[in-house]
Amino acid sequence: MGVEQTLGHIPALRRYARLLTGDATRADDLVQDTLERACVKWSLWKPGSALRSWLLALMHNLYVNQLRDWRHDDNHAALEDAPEPAHEPLSLAAERMELLQALAALPPPMREVLLLVTVEEYTYAEAAKILDVPVGTVMSRLHRARERLRELMIDPAQAPRTVPLQLVKR
Amino acid sequence: MNEPLEPMSDDELHAFVDGQLDAGRVQSVLAWLQANADDAARVVQWQAQRLQLRQVARTMELGDSPPALTDVVLRAAGGARRRAAWQQAAAAVLLLAVGVTGGRWWGQGGSPVAPPAMAASPSFVREAVLAHAVFVPEKRHAVEVAASDEAHLVQWLSRRLGTALKVPSLADHGYRLLGGRLLPGEGAPRAQFMYENEQGVRVTLFVAVFGPGQAPAQTSFRSVRDGARESFYWVEDRFGYALSAELSAPDLQALARDVYAQLAR
Repeated sequence: MGVEQTLGHIPALRRYARLLTGDATRADDLVQDTLERACVKWSLWKPGSALRSWLLALMHNLYVNQLRDWRHDDNHAALEDAPEPAHEPLSLAAERMELLQALAALPPPMREVLLLVTVEEYTYAEAAKILDVPVGTVMSRLHRARERLRELMIDPAQAPRTVPLQLVKR
Repeated sequence: MNEPLEPMSDDELHAFVDGQLDAGRVQSVLAWLQANADDAARVVQWQAQRLQLRQVARTMELGDSPPALTDVVLRAAGGARRRAAWQQAAAAVLLLAVGVTGGRWWGQGGSPVAPPAMAASPSFVREAVLAHAVFVPEKRHAVEVAASDEAHLVQWLSRRLGTALKVPSLADHGYRLLGGRLLPGEGAPRAQFMYENEQGVRVTLFVAVFGPGQAPAQTSFRSVRDGARESFYWVEDRFGYALSAELSAPDLQALARDVYAQLAR
């Protein structure tokens, strides 16, 4: 089987990267870098093992390197371009925006764990493998992520605003 | 009922929320939550976060994948391992369904004869089926060059395939040309033209131009089915053509006969 197998994972990678980076362009750049890396390293993938996990592990490494390069700012865009479909009730759109802003305010390592466990539905052990950290680290990051998100959702003013946000309600 | 409850770890509360708790522990966690309102409130909020995040992820409008993403992969496949990769990927696509439904040979009378082994079909047909599967679902980037620039499209693809190409019209059948794209093939580039009718049904015509002595020997009109997709193919002189769509065999055959007639003209 060739590297074309990755084609089927592109939609999922884009969705994950979008939530991870909070920005459509950055997300697709990250996915593109991930696919390029996958093509180069294809011989290292063990056929039969979970391809999605392998791709997410590659993406994680690229993402961490980017954060290192931009140390002073995690550069997480605050989803200023988050789409608000016209058919969506305003209250739901506002709620969604609050959640995305709170997610954006999480430190990247916590955001990664939260997304892998909740959205991608990986087990704690699988998430640990993707991120190359012990399971205990996954658990403590998950706990901090959820508690932080809870505080942010209760009091959004706590979120550090790195980017001017569009007010959607008030 | 009244025995003191052992304190519950945060890890177990998270596992409860994430559905990763050992089944044998669920009752203990429920009992703990009933007795500890603060933890119950936290767990309920974690659960709500989880549901909201999943909802946001599910309903996120991502739009079509930029072609650059698929191109990265297809370019790599078109490199040193082009031959093996395309064959394997095409085989993978076909294995999904062809193994179950089989294919049919179409004799001169146009009726099905014996199903051929998919592996027996020329490699350009497998390339065509894969290319159809990859690009037909694309909404905004289905083609590289749009039909609005048809002269340029034909000139460009003719130059890259090394011979003058003709683009048949399917307007009589209600299909308009959307455009085309250049694809890697076994040892040579290929062209794919895409058509669409008012119901959004898409038909692709895949064109291979073979070098001297490289054309597959078979020349008859044949078909192969890959799940809902039907493909008709034929080889004439140095050209191999494959017409694919999610249509019934008789419907696609009518289109294929017209395409054949126009190209032979």
